[in-house]
Amino acid sequence: MEFDLTIDALRHVNQALHDCGHNHGDVKPFVIRNPKGRHAVAVGMTHEIQVTVDGHVGYYCGGMNQSANIIVRGNAGPGVAENMVSGSVLVEGNASQYAGASGHGGLLTIKGNTSSRCGISMKGIDIVVGGSVGHFSAFMAQSGRLVVCGDAEHDLGDSIYEAQVFVRGDVESLGSDCIEKEMRPEHAQALDRLLEQSGFEFPVADFRRFGSARTLYNFKIDNADAIR
Amino acid sequence: MPSDSDNPHFDARALRSSSTFPEHVLAEIHRAADQGVYEIRGFGAKRSLPDFDDLVFLGASMSRYPLEGYRETCATDVIIGNRYAERPLHLNIPITIAGMSFGALGANAKESIGLAASEMGTSTTTGDGGMTDEERNSSKTLIYQVLPSRYGLNPDDVRRADALEVVVGQGAKPGGGGMLLGQKITERVAEMRNLPTGIDQRSACRHPDWTGPDDLEIKIQELREITDYQIPILIKVGATRVEYDVALAVKAGADAIVLDGMQGGTAATQDVFIEHVGIPTLPAVRQAVNSLIDLDMHRKVQLIVSGGIRSGADVAKALALGADAVSIGSAAMVAIGCNRPVFVEDYAAIGTAPGFCHHCHTGRCPVGITTQDPHLESRLNPKQGARWLKNYLSTMLLELQTLARACGKSHVLNLEPEDMVALTVEAAAMAQVPLAGTSWIPGRE
Repeated sequence: MEFDLTIDALRHVNQALHDCGHNHGDVKPFVIRNPKGRHAVAVGMTHEIQVTVDGHVGYYCGGMNQSANIIVRGNAGPGVAENMVSGSVLVEGNASQYAGASGHGGLLTIKGNTSSRCGISMKGIDIVVGGSVGHFSAFMAQSGRLVVCGDAEHDLGDSIYEAQVFVRGDVESLGSDCIEKEMRPEHAQALDRLLEQSGFEFPVADFRRFGSARTLYNFKIDNADAIR
Repeated sequence: MPSDSDNPHFDARALRSSSTFPEHVLAEIHRAADQGVYEIRGFGAKRSLPDFDDLVFLGASMSRYPLEGYRETCATDVIIGNRYAERPLHLNIPITIAGMSFGALGANAKESIGLAASEMGTSTTTGDGGMTDEERNSSKTLIYQVLPSRYGLNPDDVRRADALEVVVGQGAKPGGGGMLLGQKITERVAEMRNLPTGIDQRSACRHPDWTGPDDLEIKIQELREITDYQIPILIKVGATRVEYDVALAVKAGADAIVLDGMQGGTAATQDVFIEHVGIPTLPAVRQAVNSLIDLDMHRKVQLIVSGGIRSGADVAKALALGADAVSIGSAAMVAIGCNRPVFVEDYAAIGTAPGFCHHCHTGRCPVGITTQDPHLESRLNPKQGARWLKNYLSTMLLELQTLARACGKSHVLNLEPEDMVALTVEAAAMAQVPLAGTSWIPGRE
């Protein structure tokens, strides 16, 4: 089924995407043409369907996704795949701020670069970025994995909890309570699988792993220096 | 205190405490010196503030016509969220239950509140930490908060909510995030929040995916698309720059606004935040209503006021100033047993006493409300708690109707500022009603 956002209202398109799961049968792939930067495209999906957005999208494309597999053939604005719980979102271009914010699950792949705060407050989502990420990425990241095949700008992993961050390139600086950690075999295996799922062929040996020093988990005045 | 019998030179009458350093200030300095960290506590502001007690109603007399207290109808129903939503909330009473998290509160407390609210035909609200099945099942009308932390924010719960409330701020701590100390992080709470057990949870103070009112407008569009424009979307703000915040919330597309004054409670935050940030509820209501009137949005975007609402009189005064409904949190907890003089030895064990307790943050609530400890929690029977809260809400409602009828109103929303005067110059200036016995409203030409 095809929609054209220069003709079809966004409300009509999203409603059709929500309603298609009620058919309980095979649902054919959806194609949404001419998004022209519109916000909230293909949000609140609840079923295992394929959605291809043919062009650039604005804010929150794929927001709160459940089960659907969404491909954006273009760039994505802020908050792509925010609070996703399952399924996948693939951005073939670059993504703006807060990519994958507070995501609980699923896989977000960005072929290009992302702006700041990629993976902010992530809660179990896996995010793989083919290029570089902006400052304060993985800020307050709780769980899940952020893989950066390029470089990371300053304050990576600030106030991070149990999420794992893998970076292939340079890290400008680490944020509060974030440290480099040993890449054990189980981490390397998991990273290898994520790279394969996302279609990247970089050697795992090129990556370093980062995570929480856990000094801020329980507030003690003698650890306050960890907050910069 | 030493006895003058011990020392002939000692005269108890000569002891003079310092107004600058009263005993509670001395104790706090000593505690800070011992611990090297700010005090974290629950409950709301304890300092004296201008409040609704500083206003009184002008009952009907020669120039006004009262309604019979026991015979004539005084309606109390309100509609919240009919600006854009297909299914606005229809509440029987203009008193809702404020957001309080599972985690901060135990499951029995949440169930008590849900049952009572449902029986009274009003709404209750989730908090930081997501929605539990217990509170969904016990609450006929449940508002689901979208908080900066996004703990437990689940699309399935978004779809089974009756309304969404985007929390920008809270009266007890505008500009700050929530706290839940490690002692309250049980396995269930930790799982709901995707964090390890036992750590001190310091929630974010900003949302992760928007940074200003223009972004928020787009965020609300997303939430409406996700919920197919069916349910209302509220915005909650702590009372600070009220006129601006209300205008921006209207612009962002809110169906209704929840305005929480500085008397609003919390389960845990820094004492310095509770006592020194935000403005009281009294001036906040008036500023919010002014802003809505300026935009021609009064009664179109509903205003729900919270922060220190304790009685039907407080409700009546908030409505008379132009609010559409109020919300109670601390008072609801008191109704189900908070600070009740029972289990006194357990209050003592956490360093307090009934009437003074603000130890929600410890997780050792002696009356089983703000705890995850099964033994303590068993002290609150959900049905008993629900009965207490229902009785309290019924009492507030009767008080509200009594005052409204005395002012000649057949609906509580017909109360108006002209029904009131102020007892202090400060209250007159803040509420913009005349000082009693005069026609003077400070600040007006």
